[in-house]
Amino acid sequence: MSENERGSFGIHGTGDTSGYGGLVRSQVSPGSTERPFGGYFDQVTDDLERAYPDFADAIERVVVDRGELTLHIKRERLVEVSLILRDRLKFENCLGVSGVHYPADTNRELHAVYPLLSMTNNQRIRLEVSVPDSDPHIPSLVEVWAGNNWNERETFDMFGIIFDGHPGLTRILMPDDWQGHPQRKDYALGGIPVEYKGATTPPPNERRSYK
Amino acid sequence: MSTYVDPYASSRETTEGTVFSVTGGDWDSLVTEIGQAKEERVVVNMGPQHPSTHGVLRLVLELEGETVTEVRCGIGYLHTGIEKNTEYRSWTQGVTFVTRMDYLSPIFNETAYCLGVEKLLGIEAPERANQIRVMMMEFNRISSHMVALGTGALELGALSPMIFCFRERERVLDIFELVSGLRMNMAYVRPGGVAQDLPKGAIAKIRETVAELRKNFKDNEKLLVGNSIWMKRTEGIGYLDLAGATTLGITGPVLRSTGLPWDLRKMAPYCGYEQYDFDVVTADTCDVYGRFLIRIAELEQSLRIIEQACDKLEKSEGQPVMVADKKIAWPSQLAVGNDGMGNSLDHIREIMGESMEALIHHFKLVTEGFQVPAGQVYVAIESPRGELGVHLVSDGGTRPYRVHFREPSFNNLQSTSAMCEGSMVADIIGAVASIDPVMGGVDR
Repeated sequence: MSENERGSFGIHGTGDTSGYGGLVRSQVSPGSTERPFGGYFDQVTDDLERAYPDFADAIERVVVDRGELTLHIKRERLVEVSLILRDRLKFENCLGVSGVHYPADTNRELHAVYPLLSMTNNQRIRLEVSVPDSDPHIPSLVEVWAGNNWNERETFDMFGIIFDGHPGLTRILMPDDWQGHPQRKDYALGGIPVEYKGATTPPPNERRSYK
Repeated sequence: MSTYVDPYASSRETTEGTVFSVTGGDWDSLVTEIGQAKEERVVVNMGPQHPSTHGVLRLVLELEGETVTEVRCGIGYLHTGIEKNTEYRSWTQGVTFVTRMDYLSPIFNETAYCLGVEKLLGIEAPERANQIRVMMMEFNRISSHMVALGTGALELGALSPMIFCFRERERVLDIFELVSGLRMNMAYVRPGGVAQDLPKGAIAKIRETVAELRKNFKDNEKLLVGNSIWMKRTEGIGYLDLAGATTLGITGPVLRSTGLPWDLRKMAPYCGYEQYDFDVVTADTCDVYGRFLIRIAELEQSLRIIEQACDKLEKSEGQPVMVADKKIAWPSQLAVGNDGMGNSLDHIREIMGESMEALIHHFKLVTEGFQVPAGQVYVAIESPRGELGVHLVSDGGTRPYRVHFREPSFNNLQSTSAMCEGSMVADIIGAVASIDPVMGGVDR
């Protein structure tokens, strides 16, 4: 997911007295999960496969982690699969979209995560779409779940993901003339130095990083 | 220097620079101008500082006479970048940020966030911590509904309920102060449990408050329930049926006013809610009056849960309120000293005078924090406004990689247009009040 991490305090060279300076941690994202997924996840995937024969082509990976099912889905198929999930599998609710920026995940830097809820069956699953930073287009789901309107605007505002087909994709939380997309990892937190009794604390993003 | 011409003010040049003179318009010319207009469509800005818009909400209204033809919401005035900020702090410090999102339901924000962190860690809070969380959440539901009912009534012109509702809210805030030391934004719920156990005598005080609240709620109800003026302002107003609510992703009292008994405390229990006996309140009127009745009835259900939580807390006296794993549990416990609430002196004595190991652990845990295994989770709880969801992503570090809150206020506010278009201007106030948006939560 993200780059290898060194040490325990984010300090390079000297300065780290924690004794963990030589530690290297590499981050691996959980790979695909094999059947059986457990719980109702098998039934949901089976139902989706029956209702949508192109399942194997549209779904890149199925991940079950911490008791939650994530379907990694190709963006071209997002709307088709969503319609089937809504109409056939009774996922009437989409609880918004949350963007995540993974700068180290080459050609899949921007992820959009859609938590779905079926009130009929009391089930929850999650869709995840990943797109390259150079082509940040994802089809809009406003036609499928109208309530995603503001959520997609927020994700556009914060991450710069362009939701094609959205009825009015404008900034929603930041001012209209704002430059950049604040929640991307390459957008610094910023801030101003804080002075108190003669001592100055640098802005948060320049402070020593505890990682 | 180029001359700036302001359309609304005449100007003249002086030695000090340009001086603008702002004068009022001429009503006669304004009336003539409006009389000449072909249509009666008027665009009016309501807010962002209008007292009836629940904080800094801006509504752009298109009117034809008194009828609203289009409503658009302008939000973002209270955006504070909390989600971004949490990425620069440890997992425990995140609690202090998220509690400030929806400032009327801080305990819910904290609990949702902590449940997410606990799910990522694969741990569960001890039973007594869950009982305290449930008790605090239900008190918080009461204090939040008190504001919703009080300000909602105030906005529609009923002044007395507001005074009584805020009086009851004060009683609840007193309980918060007794338990956590703070009235709002307590950062009391922590990953792995709660910050500290209940102080001595808290249960007795809570039981006393519950009895007072129950009596006062009954009196307050008489002010508005069945009141014909109130019903004329609320019945059939802000109509949104089940199909509309589901399409727009509406949850909470607004959804339950369509007759669907959807409450996450029943449908997907967390913090041990399955052990409590309470009812999910619904209405079938889909209007402002229905939502008002639901909030009133939910107060009593919250009191029932608090009483059951008190019974459980009496039995679990002395049990831990934080996970036993010292690599996660916040080391210092709070205590009341002669200068107010602060770190427990016993703990400071131990780390400064007795145990070097304890000092190292305290230092590492407070400065660096604990690591959370990589992965993502989505956790949802039933806040006073609906489904409060938290999407947390960890990259295995000591700080969150991404924190996203699915705020019920944000999602529910989208229904303003559906509820208000075609209604009268005055009914917008009631409709927005019945959604009960908190702008701190909407804008985050």
